[in-house]
Amino acid sequence: MKFSTVMSPHLQPVNSVDRVMLQVLLALIPGIAAMTWFFGIGVLINIALAVAVALLAEASILGLRGRPIGSTLKDLSAIVTAVLLAISLPVIAPWWITVVGVLFAIVIAKHLYGGLGYNPFNPAMAGYVLLLVSFPMQMTAWLAPIELGSAALNEVDWLKLIFLEQLPANIEFDAVTMATPLDSVRTQLGLGRSVPEIKTDSVFGLLAGKGWEWVAGGYLLGGLWLMWRKIIGWQIPVGLLLGLGLFASICYAIDNNQFAAPSFHLVAGATMLGAFFIATDPVTAATSVNGRLIYGLLIGSLVYVIRVWGGYPDAMAFAVLLGNLTAPAIDYFTRPRVFGQKA
Amino acid sequence: MLKTWRFHGGLRLPAHKNLSAHRPIVNAELPKQLIYPLQQRPGVQLKATVAPGDTVLRGQIIADSDHFLATPLHAASSGTVKSIEDRIIPHPSGLSDPCIIIDTDGRDEALPPEPVEDYRLEPAATLRAKIRQAGIVGLGGAAFPTSIKLNPGPQRHIDTLILNGAECEPYITCDNVLMQAEPDAIVQGALILMHALQVGDGIIAVEDHMTEAFQALSAAIEQSRDRRLTVVKIPALYPTGGEKQLIRVVTGKETPSGGIPADVGVICQNVGTAAAVYNAICRGLPLTERVVTVTGQGVKQQQNMRARIGTPISDLINQCGGYQDSVERLIMGGPMMGFALPEDDIPIVKATNCILAAAGSEVATSKETRPCIRCGDCAKACPVDLLPQQLYWHSRAGNLEKCKEFSLFDCIECGCCEVVCPSQIPLVQYYRAAKSKTIAKAKEAEKAAIAKRRHDFLLERKAREQAERAERSRRKKEALAKLKAAETATEGAE
Ligand code: SF4
Ligand code: SF4
Repeated sequence: MKFSTVMSPHLQPVNSVDRVMLQVLLALIPGIAAMTWFFGIGVLINIALAVAVALLAEASILGLRGRPIGSTLKDLSAIVTAVLLAISLPVIAPWWITVVGVLFAIVIAKHLYGGLGYNPFNPAMAGYVLLLVSFPMQMTAWLAPIELGSAALNEVDWLKLIFLEQLPANIEFDAVTMATPLDSVRTQLGLGRSVPEIKTDSVFGLLAGKGWEWVAGGYLLGGLWLMWRKIIGWQIPVGLLLGLGLFASICYAIDNNQFAAPSFHLVAGATMLGAFFIATDPVTAATSVNGRLIYGLLIGSLVYVIRVWGGYPDAMAFAVLLGNLTAPAIDYFTRPRVFGQKA
Repeated sequence: MLKTWRFHGGLRLPAHKNLSAHRPIVNAELPKQLIYPLQQRPGVQLKATVAPGDTVLRGQIIADSDHFLATPLHAASSGTVKSIEDRIIPHPSGLSDPCIIIDTDGRDEALPPEPVEDYRLEPAATLRAKIRQAGIVGLGGAAFPTSIKLNPGPQRHIDTLILNGAECEPYITCDNVLMQAEPDAIVQGALILMHALQVGDGIIAVEDHMTEAFQALSAAIEQSRDRRLTVVKIPALYPTGGEKQLIRVVTGKETPSGGIPADVGVICQNVGTAAAVYNAICRGLPLTERVVTVTGQGVKQQQNMRARIGTPISDLINQCGGYQDSVERLIMGGPMMGFALPEDDIPIVKATNCILAAAGSEVATSKETRPCIRCGDCAKACPVDLLPQQLYWHSRAGNLEKCKEFSLFDCIECGCCEVVCPSQIPLVQYYRAAKSKTIAKAKEAEKAAIAKRRHDFLLERKAREQAERAERSRRKKEALAKLKAAETATEGAE
């Protein structure tokens, strides 16, 4: 009897990129659900728009590059990028913000560098930063949590708001928007108020902003699940939270009037999303086990430094891109000792 | 209980051992035809010592060579040499090579055995010669001549013998059942090896799930009343059965890169090899049979068989009830490091521990390869602590220098990296290609160096000859001149 011959190992692979990406998407669900609950269905509209644009962009560019389209789209990486970018954007961002960000992420940050696996920068964060520096006004207009004002919007209002940039006649723009907790800590500190005073403002909840705590909790939950499923290692999230927490604790201990508590920083803004879903993007992170811990610590520290002393209220995107820059060097210096070789 | 150590990485693989682990060893039928490839190891070609038409007896040497890595080959039954012809040999290349074909006569007559009276009275050199003469090689799969391993040279001090009973590859159970069936032969074999090596410590390592084997060996040791030998259970983690990994787990020692176990004072032998040594020394029987696991969902009856070396695989499969319809691939060895065979009219050889007739659902049939996403899973799984992903980039780019820098030749091709890679990249293929390219290049460089030396030598010889000729003609001229001068002088005197 004749048989086909192939090289060893013959055992089936235990994992696939498609599966990894799918699980990342599943893990995002609790966080997205919380966001939708507190900020309205605009979140879902943005995600749908971003995913559609990302798939179209990826398909066209794959076509231009003469690459297989169907099987590549199946790897879901474009969808992950789109979702991550969409949930980082202000919920009431007009449609073209999402479109421009996703196009930049997919076309420039991903495919101009060679596509999945070759991009040195996290595409979603590259898109985010581009938007932040180009359209600062639209990028900082955050919606107030539902209980503080936006509950009045129905589905049609949402579509109108995002696609036509129109609010219902009886609602003022200022009534539905509000600074994010991180933002208001910044501006209010600038006005001479102390942190304990600022935290009595209505936007704040128990730890960070109203609603934000639940969103952070959702991402934390999804992230822990990914860890448990061994889709991500513990090194980057723990490193990041540790770096951020350590910095925040030291400053808080020095002056708790000027610096917010570490618990605030760990829950506010994109901390949890960044720690479990963005900094952990394998393509752009350090690869060795020790290297990843260092990488996480570095990004966490950068987040704090930029939040407190930098020009932007939330700093995850910048910190991650800077981390991306250092990844090759970190890998170089954390090369393991080969079995049987001298150190 | 002895302490054990860890090595980096490794995988817990689905074992699939229950298919065959708890069945008795079945004696395979005597085949009509025995096939013996003359190439026993890559690059070691034996010379046939029999010719077509000769009758042979079981245990008779039919091929040998004076290459230092060669061991003689014995007929596994009596019969007539039919021919010496090209057949497909069990080798990853799937190529044909000369084989001795013996038609068996069914009488199974053997040469009289020549056991050693008392091995304890024999010097190591005599035992080594006996072991070589019995054709014994490592039966764990590597087929390295045992007599050579037993002679590590005077500059290395050996203190420990490790018997490898860790069958870390999925499916394979031949060592496990052998340990259960013949613990005494293994223990006696170990003692002979220890005597030949003059070492005071012997450790038999079995995986922690092999309870029966552990008990059988413990009882056999108890009976031998030799305190120098112990059995130890080690975790079932692939590739613990790799020599350097096993030494690490059992002794905590790291065999240096590029070195051999003897460099850290250890000699490793497979448990089956120990039993073969016992049979050769105490029973006077050369190596003509071994236990082979025939398994996989692609064959009707999975079992361990004691088969004559040289038996065609198709014979064994028939005795296992034939193939299932689902059979997809025929593998010699395990699913991690074994190689796929193009057909089943190929004999088992000394190194054959397993025939895996795998159904389509048991093996990777079509991998959907994606670009590397730098997830680092491969590095986490690598038992040698390499960076498989870096090796992949450099071997794919053909950058052999960089491959060397990332220790390509420390890679044991265990396949851990490839099995965990979510991008399903055929990593090991790239490493194999880069290795053979490096070797080819080195050979080329060597050839070039030899050619250059030859050329230089020729030039030198030419120059020398020229110089010699010049010298000769100068002398001749001188002599002539002298002669002339003398003549003139005589003339003048006259
Ligand atoms: S496991 Fe595969 S995808 Fe992951 S880093 Fe290694 S080679 Fe790349
Ligand atoms: S095949 Fe080589 S590189 Fe891959 S895990 Fe095994 S030793 Fe490491």
